[in-house]
Amino acid sequence: MTIEPIGRELTDVIKKQAADYIEVHLEESQACQIGYRGLGLESVSRSSSVGGNVRAMVKGGWGFVSFNDLNDLPGRLKTAVEQARLVGKGESKLAEVEPVIDTAASIDKNPAVLSLAEKKQKLDEYNQIIWSTPELRTSVIGYGDGYKKTVFLSSLGSFIVQERADITLRLTAIAARNGDVQQAGLSVGSRGDFTEVGNLHKDVERMAKHAVALLSAPHVKGGEYTVVLDPVLAGVFVHEAFGHLSESDFVYENEGMREIMTLGKQFGGEHLNIVDTATIPGLRGSFKYDDEGVPATRTYLIREGKLVGRLHSRETAAKMGEKPTGNARAINYRFPPIVRMTNTYIEPRDVSFSDMIADIKEGIYVKNWYGGMTSMEMFTFSAGEAYMIRDGKVAEALRPVVLTGNVFTTLKNIDAIGNDLDMNQGGGCGKGAQMPLPVSNGSPHIRIRHCLVGGK
Amino acid sequence: MEEILSLAKKVAEEAEVFSTTSEETEVQFEANRLKRLDTKQTTNIALRIIKEGKTGYAVTTRRDNAQALVDSAVETAQFGIAARFQFPGKLAYPPVKIYDAYVDKVPTEKMILLGEELIARVTNHTPAIVIEGGVSKGTVSVRIVNSRGGEAEYRKTFFGVGMEGNLIRGTDMLFVGESKTSCHVFSDSKEVADVVIEQLELAKEKASVQTKSLPVIFTPNGVAGALVMPLVVAFNGKTVLEGASPVGNKLDQKAFTDKLWLWDDPTVLYRPTSRPCDEEGVPSQRTTLIEQGRVKSFFYDLQTATLAKTKSTGNGSRMRGGLPAPAASAFIIGTGNAGYKEMIQEMEEGLVVEQLMGAEMGNVLGGEFSGNVLLGYKVENGRIVGRVKDTMVAGNVYQILSQDIAIGREAKWVGSFVQAPHIFVPSLSVASKS
Repeated sequence: MTIEPIGRELTDVIKKQAADYIEVHLEESQACQIGYRGLGLESVSRSSSVGGNVRAMVKGGWGFVSFNDLNDLPGRLKTAVEQARLVGKGESKLAEVEPVIDTAASIDKNPAVLSLAEKKQKLDEYNQIIWSTPELRTSVIGYGDGYKKTVFLSSLGSFIVQERADITLRLTAIAARNGDVQQAGLSVGSRGDFTEVGNLHKDVERMAKHAVALLSAPHVKGGEYTVVLDPVLAGVFVHEAFGHLSESDFVYENEGMREIMTLGKQFGGEHLNIVDTATIPGLRGSFKYDDEGVPATRTYLIREGKLVGRLHSRETAAKMGEKPTGNARAINYRFPPIVRMTNTYIEPRDVSFSDMIADIKEGIYVKNWYGGMTSMEMFTFSAGEAYMIRDGKVAEALRPVVLTGNVFTTLKNIDAIGNDLDMNQGGGCGKGAQMPLPVSNGSPHIRIRHCLVGGK
Repeated sequence: MEEILSLAKKVAEEAEVFSTTSEETEVQFEANRLKRLDTKQTTNIALRIIKEGKTGYAVTTRRDNAQALVDSAVETAQFGIAARFQFPGKLAYPPVKIYDAYVDKVPTEKMILLGEELIARVTNHTPAIVIEGGVSKGTVSVRIVNSRGGEAEYRKTFFGVGMEGNLIRGTDMLFVGESKTSCHVFSDSKEVADVVIEQLELAKEKASVQTKSLPVIFTPNGVAGALVMPLVVAFNGKTVLEGASPVGNKLDQKAFTDKLWLWDDPTVLYRPTSRPCDEEGVPSQRTTLIEQGRVKSFFYDLQTATLAKTKSTGNGSRMRGGLPAPAASAFIIGTGNAGYKEMIQEMEEGLVVEQLMGAEMGNVLGGEFSGNVLLGYKVENGRIVGRVKDTMVAGNVYQILSQDIAIGREAKWVGSFVQAPHIFVPSLSVASKS
């Protein structure tokens, strides 16, 4: 059973439905998970999946049907239309797009073809490094890779076949002394190329040593500080603090949000430029077409400190009278596409790291991603590593810190942007029940004044 | 399933097939209006084998290729961990009621009505609020068979109502929300609406706090958001076995205040997290984790229990379709004798924390948490005076729960996983942007 011919059989049926718009997603995937807890490998599993969904729009209401059983797809189409009819009471509005018939170039690095033995060998090496660190209690390693092929067809006449591959690797080192437990982590990922996660020995060693160092590190005193963020954490910051605000599904039917997010409004200094784009090859958030069959674009969200754009699905674009940006994505066939980021970053400027910290008497240098959340206005993100900055120099290590703030004031408080843009491929983005979605984010080093840091 | 089991038995010493199917319907509201109607049909089949003493595992949604599933499991078994356990044979299971035939019969129109009533009630109180929400229902069927004759099967229904509201004044944003789940159908959505309306009332005025130590009341939502996750990790038998749990070497010792009781309980009637057996076919039981501040037990699956020289507590779970591992089913924190109202009345200056953002991003293993108060209120001279913003609270769960805390006498289910009372903490570090 393969999904392409099944999709082809539907090209006529899909046009005959009594809906304003209807689309079908079919998906076949394979995945592999390898987990370590402690010295030994704990779990290895393989999975394969096939499934699909139908999404129909009638009078502005959506019907969505997802399934694993691919029998009776015409019946699923009918159900989706009936559901949409029950919901729709207004007018269907979707931004105009050209129908696309395309088979996107096949991927050249498929992790599914590598043997389990090869993958395990590499992970064993990393685990050995962690375990050879004195005072280290245990380790947790989670590796996952996946390959999927998707077929998209719509009542506009689109028929798109795409493939994608993805790798994620998270390593955690846990150190303990006298009942005190500390951990340090490393998250990396790639678009299916195993060699990109195969050369981390030095980083793993540094991470393990840092976990042990945290046992003797002090807590930061809570309060306001000048904070310097490394490219990884600044990337998380731009994703959490600003990126989610740019997702138009939060904005288009919310008057208050529309007012806050008026195009042209000043959000930061003139040195600040923020971009989202799925067009950069090799990044985890990239694709040729989104899950509504819209080609990927490059969208400036902030240019010279001013709000100039936002991310759209066909529906949000139509309702706001703007152009679709190709940002409708679903984590898999069990969910409808919603507005999501792809690869989001702050463009580099010209300040070097040493200049950035030179005039800080007492501040904090935060590195590495641990997590992040946003509630639009307020954001919270945590650093995997933190150090005091004293008299212009990076000083002692601190216990993990959580930074929080108000996006509107914090973006304005960025007073230096570095020259060393780096993209972070680790982690994944969650929105509603849909997580983790492959994205990447990045930035050069940035400095933020008056940043609130939680502590004792 | 029987076909997969018999194919697997030809190549492996032992085998177990676990299958779930579900049918789900959800009505979704956006911007106060009905937006989408979803139906989801899912199938999942997992095969676990023991071959030459090692565990192999594969999972699929395909019903048409049993041999491919067996082959995948055999491939992973080359690298699998040594299986130290035996699959359970034929066992009797406790009668845990989790199925309500009415769920299947509820018409979609009724679900739409529940959602519309919820939105009407809340917007009637605060017309400017923008609500996203949903009403969902579903049926899940689980079946497990293994090569030792073990066989378990159950069907469960669930029903849920939930909403999040967003109120914007200038650039000030307020988020409120509540949800409720059960195996039964709800006849109305009033309870959910009333919680949200109370949040809106309390958040009407703004208040500010200084950076200092203050007494803090965690509401049941706040307890679930700030204090529970470290305990979930620490009482996991696997964390204990690895030596990474702060309570791992404190079995039968006092580690918390006398007032604290904690259970894991998958047998509560008509709760969506309840079931007659775990996902390895081990009978469900109520496990006491903390008794009067003493560490009484940890929770285990089959493999971890064997390695720890104890018995499975029936907590084998297949999170995200993976190999079974210990997981809590539902955490129940015992109630105390304090009243929420009295807690507030006796407070000169302090905070009430309802929702904390980012609390779980710190050193969870060490019990440390630090989060932004997404929804919380300032208390002055015995009454709530308004909502706080730009405020963080930080602390250590082990230190907090060994202090002289007060525990509320009424407990509430938060989501489907935690049942908690209010908890009063005499002193906690609060940081604020003044």
